[in-house]
Amino acid sequence: MRKILSMAVAIASGLGLAGAGLPAAQAAEKLKAAWVYVGPVGDFGWSYQHDQGRKAVEKALGDKVETTFVENVAEGPDAERVIEQLARAGNKLIFTTSFGFMEPTLKVAKRHPNVMFEHATGFKRAKNVSTYNAKFHEGRYIIGQIAAKMSKTGTIGYIASFPIPEVIAGINAMMLGAQSVNPDMKIKIVWVNSWFDPAKESDAAKALIDQGADVIAQHTDSPAAMQAAEGRDVVAFGQSSDMIKFGPDSQLTAIVDDWSPYYIERTQAVLDGTWTSSDVWGGIKDGEVVMAPYTNMPDDVKKMAETTQAAIVAGTLHPFKGPISKQDGTLVVKEGEALADKDILSMNWYVKGIDDKVPGQ
Amino acid sequence: MLDAAIIGAVLASVVAAATTLLLASLGELVAERAGTLNLGVEGMMIVGAAVGYATAYGSGSLLLGTVAAVLAGMALSLVFAGLAIWLATNQVASGLATTILGLGLAGLIGAGFVGTQLDGAPQLHIAGLTELPVVGKALFGQDAFVYVSFLLLAAVAYTLARTRIGLVLRAVGENHAAAHALGHPVRGIRTLAVMFGGACAGLAGAHLSLAYTPFWASDMTAGRGWIALALVVFSAWRPLWLLAGAYLFGAVSILQLHVQGFGLGIPSQFLSALPYLATIIALVVISALKHGRGAPASLGVPFVPDR
Repeated sequence: MRKILSMAVAIASGLGLAGAGLPAAQAAEKLKAAWVYVGPVGDFGWSYQHDQGRKAVEKALGDKVETTFVENVAEGPDAERVIEQLARAGNKLIFTTSFGFMEPTLKVAKRHPNVMFEHATGFKRAKNVSTYNAKFHEGRYIIGQIAAKMSKTGTIGYIASFPIPEVIAGINAMMLGAQSVNPDMKIKIVWVNSWFDPAKESDAAKALIDQGADVIAQHTDSPAAMQAAEGRDVVAFGQSSDMIKFGPDSQLTAIVDDWSPYYIERTQAVLDGTWTSSDVWGGIKDGEVVMAPYTNMPDDVKKMAETTQAAIVAGTLHPFKGPISKQDGTLVVKEGEALADKDILSMNWYVKGIDDKVPGQ
Repeated sequence: MLDAAIIGAVLASVVAAATTLLLASLGELVAERAGTLNLGVEGMMIVGAAVGYATAYGSGSLLLGTVAAVLAGMALSLVFAGLAIWLATNQVASGLATTILGLGLAGLIGAGFVGTQLDGAPQLHIAGLTELPVVGKALFGQDAFVYVSFLLLAAVAYTLARTRIGLVLRAVGENHAAAHALGHPVRGIRTLAVMFGGACAGLAGAHLSLAYTPFWASDMTAGRGWIALALVVFSAWRPLWLLAGAYLFGAVSILQLHVQGFGLGIPSQFLSALPYLATIIALVVISALKHGRGAPASLGVPFVPDR
């Protein structure tokens, strides 16, 4: 279904660009940039934030760029066709914004050496393929600390999407943050096996609350869990967007993705002819991860969160600082060291204290 | 680890989850019993969700929003009816087109409402009954959509089985040539059946955007229209089995979340697939036992009167 839809959109946007009716010379000066989204731009989460970044590019660079996007692109072979069509439609810079677009992006990039590609959250690069990501785990460490302070039952409820390294690292970071405040914190994890299914995310939140979790965190894209938490008078953390409107009495903070600075910088680089393949992993310090205002919590908790945030920005606190042990007790990071970036990006194990198994292992 | 409070909460969630599916599939069942296969359920649902939300948000009235959702579902079903019934186009293709159109339209209608929310439909509260342990919340603490879904189910089951209108509708679905020869307006009846399907799908969409998760987000139906379609087939086109199928699907999809929460270590991918597996197995077994009556004989076949 989505296949046909996204194809139609890709063709339509291609036609739209071709038939813009601009004089040839003027049209040639404009840089065509395209974005590929895994969800709908109206998800108010992951894809929505990427699209905010695209709009920021349009705003900042004005008539020097012409942007287009394709939403709801399924991860896998379908993505390859969409990206291929965008490349053929004359886009010179293409952002593919989901982990599952990694292989398709590389395949298409090989066939279009003159087109620059930017793949979000992946780890494979090429001469014309950059990768970029944000250190969401920095934010998750902070919310772990807040959760441990705010919880009365000592149980975090975590709504997870798919068992990929980024999501697992997020769970671990939150747990490490929580343990730094209360070593006995428990976490209940529910996988919904979807990035976006509001009703299911809401059901998952309610199930977790029914089972005694009184702080809800999510790694899915809709505000449904926040709304469910608000309805049950339980506190929660927003994801991707500031979800305070959905949980005025529930949201403690939200880990907000802000892609605008990166998108503007990279698009400008293409315009200047200075673009080279790179790997950027920005965090709170770089403004890519933004913590929404700390609300609905006592002043001392707020102060603690701000102190932790400042330490992360200053580089004195690493969320994956040692000692860290796996569930079976093996020491992964020694005291005084921190986990290497590549180990965070390929994480497939839980830290000690999580009473569950990584799905499929 | 299981106490009365959790079981009660699970039951209440199951009822809510099943209601969306029951509403959408009930309408499709009627359309299919009249011989039209409308694959546009997902599209009609999402348009219902978008229009319902937009209207409720604008007017401040959930009732008005619900009515608008029903009308929107009906309006989109007329697009399908015009193509598949009156122009006798391929029903599968027309239905798919309806869904694609619906998803696009809904995104457009809802674009201005992203990031807003409503107070959802109120839940029933009867002093003494709603507080009953285990079943209180599930039976006496739901929103109006749940009770309407039961009324609709009873009305559809009764009408199909016991009334003249039901008999004619089934005749049109089983053998449209014979029904035509008897003087029944085949295409008119099918159009009404499809419109009923559209109304129910719109209502199911409103249940999502006005009660279940009272906000608008594109694609918030997330494939429930397709599940509703499958339920109709597996129920062997019988309303009561449809009820069983919708509740079984709802039950397993809620239970698997709880099983995960208990951390039993069963792979979540398997648990996520479980609602589909359980529903398919159960309904296949039921229809096999009943050495089933199959699909309505004229299902999916366009009807063109000889002159």
